[in-house]
Amino acid sequence: MTVDSSAARKPRRSAADKAGTTGSTTGATGTNTGTAGAQSGATGTKRSTGAARATRGKKSTEPELVQLLTPEGKRVKNAEYDAYVAGITAEDLRGLYRDMVLTRRFDAEATALQRQGELGLWASLLGQEAAQIGSGRALRDDDYVFPTYREHGVAWCRGVDPTNLLGMFRGVNNGGWDPNGNNFHLYTIVIGSQALHATGYAMGITKDGADSAVIAYFGDGASSQGDVAESFTFSAVYNAPVVFFCQNNQWAISEPTEKQSRVPLYQRAQGFGFPGVRVDGNDVLACLAVTRWALERARSGEGPTLVEAFTYRMGAHTTSDDPTRYRGDEERAAWEAKDPILRLRRYLEASNHTNDGFFAELEAESEALGKRVREAVRAMPDPDHFAIFENVYADGHALVDEERAQFAAYQASFADAEGGR
Amino acid sequence: MGEKMAMAKAINESLRRALDTDPKVLVMGEDVGKLGGVFRVTDGLQKDFGESRVIDTPLAESGIVGTAIGLALRGYRPVVEIQFDGFVFPAYDQIVTQLAKMHARSLGKVKMPVVIRIPYGGGIGAVEHHSESPEALFAHVAGLKVVSPSNASDAYWMMQQAIQSDDPVIYFEPKRRYWDKAEVDVEAIPAPLHKAQVVREGTDLTLAAYGPMVKLCQEVAAAAAEEGKNLEVVDLRSVSPLDFDTIQASVEKTRRLVVVHEAPVFFGSGAEIAARITERCFYHLEAPVLRVGGYHAPYPPARLEEEYLPDLDRVLDAVDRSLAF
Repeated sequence: MTVDSSAARKPRRSAADKAGTTGSTTGATGTNTGTAGAQSGATGTKRSTGAARATRGKKSTEPELVQLLTPEGKRVKNAEYDAYVAGITAEDLRGLYRDMVLTRRFDAEATALQRQGELGLWASLLGQEAAQIGSGRALRDDDYVFPTYREHGVAWCRGVDPTNLLGMFRGVNNGGWDPNGNNFHLYTIVIGSQALHATGYAMGITKDGADSAVIAYFGDGASSQGDVAESFTFSAVYNAPVVFFCQNNQWAISEPTEKQSRVPLYQRAQGFGFPGVRVDGNDVLACLAVTRWALERARSGEGPTLVEAFTYRMGAHTTSDDPTRYRGDEERAAWEAKDPILRLRRYLEASNHTNDGFFAELEAESEALGKRVREAVRAMPDPDHFAIFENVYADGHALVDEERAQFAAYQASFADAEGGR
Repeated sequence: MGEKMAMAKAINESLRRALDTDPKVLVMGEDVGKLGGVFRVTDGLQKDFGESRVIDTPLAESGIVGTAIGLALRGYRPVVEIQFDGFVFPAYDQIVTQLAKMHARSLGKVKMPVVIRIPYGGGIGAVEHHSESPEALFAHVAGLKVVSPSNASDAYWMMQQAIQSDDPVIYFEPKRRYWDKAEVDVEAIPAPLHKAQVVREGTDLTLAAYGPMVKLCQEVAAAAAEEGKNLEVVDLRSVSPLDFDTIQASVEKTRRLVVVHEAPVFFGSGAEIAARITERCFYHLEAPVLRVGGYHAPYPPARLEEEYLPDLDRVLDAVDRSLAF
């Protein structure tokens, strides 16, 4: 299911009106990062100024962020962003919950398959479900997504069959799906490269006179890459309709965010002349609202936005990583208390938003998904030998043709030997 | 018949024609708009096609190529300019890890019709990073095509073909030939983009070159003719793919081959040509394939570049060595 995003488009101005110019408005534990002045492009930097003010004097371990749902599952008001989830129904909320549960299940299955030797590697999204589902469900079908290699939840929202994500991790292809099939680009392994592709694509949208938007995902480590800084420059200069969605999961393999930046990452945007906002990345509702706001800015010609989803990678960087070498158990325990799925479940239960069968049915659906993924991976055929030479060039290349012929002759020599025996 | 024009003007006319013909074609780069490029190759294009088609970019090479990839994904056909050869390296990552592989990674679903124009090579007395010949670094990468015209007519037509190609094409412009004039027939039916051409017939030895060195080789052949030696000159035109068939046919006739390029000889395109021609023509060769090119040293300061670059005497010396076998 998809959350109706029409609510995000309509009340942009009214949200600004409602918020007025009073700056930060706080919920029980969440503090808005900026002023409503950011609703217009001209005052975009005011948001960042406001954000800087809001964090001054605070420890970086107690980040100011947009939050609509506390870890205890309590809905808190937010004058600026409530409007972006105003139309959300109980069914929508159950849909978000279902997305997160199934994405986590898919991820767990893939991790298990790696341990069983069925996949060469897996990059788990455990803990980042809310950031991905919240932002992913804010998108329209005609928007375009540029993921890194961990956006399994966003892929889910785009309708990419999860089994398609596993081909590259099993080693049967280097991407595999048609990016234009679901407006979901191939995973990009080189950190931050795709932020520029997203920016160029967004520049193309502007040239086409379309009102779609682009979202580029990357992590806290990628924020150190030159390509990400260059994509900030290009998108600002050309006012490109792109949302940079940084999932700050606190760790770039073994390096903490402090090894990437002296300032909170969302504040980077200020120097480039567009707003940055930090959202509670474990709060699916807040991620949905903030991403809708940012997409709406993009669509209405107000240019790029940087969203920093403050979240946590609960597992290893990939299955090749050993996080016990660089971080302690107590840190993970603290974040488990902020679990995105548990949080929404508490809210759904407290609000009587589910019927008796909901959780049990979802559990059954989850089991079925796991089974389907398991079977699909094991049934995945190895590629044809000649796939090496396929699609190297669109128009062909003499050297590839020559080497393909040599390879074919070499392969055929085995058949001849068999036949002659 | 055609009109005589300088190579820089021919490329300009070719870009103009592409912009005029296909609304998806874009020209992007540093200073390509108002200034018309530091070599004026894009002169007047922004005035006639607007800032949305001829785009002055921030000074960020990775950004230029990376956003061109995104524009290509959106259906555009960007022609980007890297201002000088030595400035391409900030973009090398995007070219090698992204641009070259996108078609294969998408199992053919995505096309990358991006042209990267790089003024390259020495001989104009420039400062550091303005005189290099990095073509082998690109030819080594599967997914890229690498071409280099040697004259205005080829520059015009090869640009048309590069833009029409659905593959990324690295288009090396020999900057010291920008001002050389030749006849350009814009109504002609051009040779295929990756076809080498025999530009001087001969019987005693084959000189193979591309880009800036073709003119030198023609001068060498003229000088050798005065000594009674009859040299054939092959303009390779394309470095990847390389037209080995044309070289082979020439070598089977002349039985001797000297490859000339400005780039360092070590691991250069001459090495690849020597190896393959030795394989193909082992029983025809009267001498080992020889190479004339740059040294395994950083491109020197301008006051030393005449020592570094292949010149008439160095190529003639290689010709003599080959004929002495």
